[in-house]
Amino acid sequence: MDLTTVLSLGQTALELGLICSLTVLALFLSYSMLNVCDLSTDGCFTLGAAVGAAVALSGHPFLALAAAMAAGVCSGFITALLQTRLGVDSLLAGIIVNTALYSINIAVMSGASLLNMNKAETVFTLVKDRLEGTPLAGQYKLVVALAAVALALAVLTLFLNTKLGLAIRATGNNPDMVRASSINPIFTTTVGLCVANAFTGLSGCLLAQSQKSAEINIGTGMVTIALASLLIGRTILGRGSILSRAVGVVLGSFLFRLVYTVALRFNMPAFMLKLVSSVIVVLAISGPYLKRRWPMIRRRLSHRSGTAKGGR
Amino acid sequence: MLTISNISKTFNPGTVNEKQALTGLSLHLERGDFVTIIGSNGAGKSTLFNAISGSFLTDSGSILLAGRDITFQPEYRRAKRIGRLFQDPLRGTAPGMTIEENLALAAGSGGWFSRVSRAEKTRFRDRLALLDMGLEDRMRQPVGLLSGGQRQALTLLMATMVPPKLLLLDEHTAALDPGAAEKVLGLTRDIVAEHKLTTMMITHNMQQALSLGNRTLMMDSGRIVLDVSGEERSGLTVSGLLERFKAGVGKGLDNDRILLSG
Repeated sequence: MDLTTVLSLGQTALELGLICSLTVLALFLSYSMLNVCDLSTDGCFTLGAAVGAAVALSGHPFLALAAAMAAGVCSGFITALLQTRLGVDSLLAGIIVNTALYSINIAVMSGASLLNMNKAETVFTLVKDRLEGTPLAGQYKLVVALAAVALALAVLTLFLNTKLGLAIRATGNNPDMVRASSINPIFTTTVGLCVANAFTGLSGCLLAQSQKSAEINIGTGMVTIALASLLIGRTILGRGSILSRAVGVVLGSFLFRLVYTVALRFNMPAFMLKLVSSVIVVLAISGPYLKRRWPMIRRRLSHRSGTAKGGR
Repeated sequence: MLTISNISKTFNPGTVNEKQALTGLSLHLERGDFVTIIGSNGAGKSTLFNAISGSFLTDSGSILLAGRDITFQPEYRRAKRIGRLFQDPLRGTAPGMTIEENLALAAGSGGWFSRVSRAEKTRFRDRLALLDMGLEDRMRQPVGLLSGGQRQALTLLMATMVPPKLLLLDEHTAALDPGAAEKVLGLTRDIVAEHKLTTMMITHNMQQALSLGNRTLMMDSGRIVLDVSGEERSGLTVSGLLERFKAGVGKGLDNDRILLSG
């Protein structure tokens, strides 16, 4: 592999990693902070892509970003409503919304399962035109993705340090405490899921615009991929301030994509992505669990082998 | 300050596990009253606190706090005016958040989108210094690193950051080691006196029940069976209290954790 190939691989991973890191930031808010595993992420990602593509096709590439985020907020609101007011279990609420979103997404794409944006203006083509002739001309995707992630990081960090952000974190961190304090957990859960899904929607919209197409399966498996990135990020920068943890999460997303891109290069078939991400999630969650239990397992094993030899 | 009229609560009605936890209980507290509560296991002490703070709604009766009817108010609304500490020191604070962030939540000042101001940080630091535990120099550390006693002291500080109309203490020193328990109890006494808080405290320490506060209640089977205050109370000894209980209920006080001496 020569240097240019390595660089281009790195760049692809960086672009994809950055765009998808917005979804990872969404899970950082819902999964790490609010302690809700939001399984509507796949559908919401596709929703963002579909809404974004539809609006971009009508000639408003920037409005598309806002529309995708607004669509994400609506989706998050429904998920929150189901689990806080209507007695639906939180995992089930996500699954139900995810299923419902499949129909909605097809409807948004006017009955088709693919929207093509080859000729439409997107945020990326606009920036590309703007950068024409500058040294950054070839890096327009990276520029857009970096700007979006930097903005998202700033907004999320500021948000999580407001009184509302603190209340959301407390809701996930100690429900007992929140129940006995003047925070309404229904309100904080709802706001948290709305904000998280806005990020997911934006992430889907940007991926669709960078690929110049939105497709009904664009978000499939996204929740696992994002969780894998999140957990990788947690092992890199799991402690410290909210900002450093959020940056860790973005790094995790990039690393995940980098490993995956390199694996593709070594002839791993593309369809293995989802298996790999699932294995990473299992390893990241079960690893620490088994490590905690290991002394007890070892004791039991040695006890068993001791009795097998006649025992004491 | 607090007027409870005839409240009742039955858990699991109509099943074999039916339990009448509160049976027509009435109670009136004056502003600044510090009431200690003792009673057998399952007498309804914690249930009474749950009813007041809104963990569940009562089946009948009404609860008034500082002139406002809170009978049907949701728990988080009541919490604006009621501070509460539990036996478990882990319940009152968020371990993954820093001391400063926990205090900011409790202070509840400023709008939803405001951040912790410098003035607030100074105020937190001053309040923490009063605990005399060195916590004022650890404000950016997660609360999960603190000991049980430190966490309970912090919870007490948080519950009284905005002086509540009513402070509920549910055996809040029972899970602490003796040194920490004494420390937290001393802080409780100071803070209650400082803000002249109306306070209810459940304890299993009979000596404490008589020495703290200005009024003592004994509960049994979801009712208040003994209510002493004033001169009658100041002349009472632990054994005298137990005798009064036996006379009132017809059986001895049955609490497997009761402490007869201080």
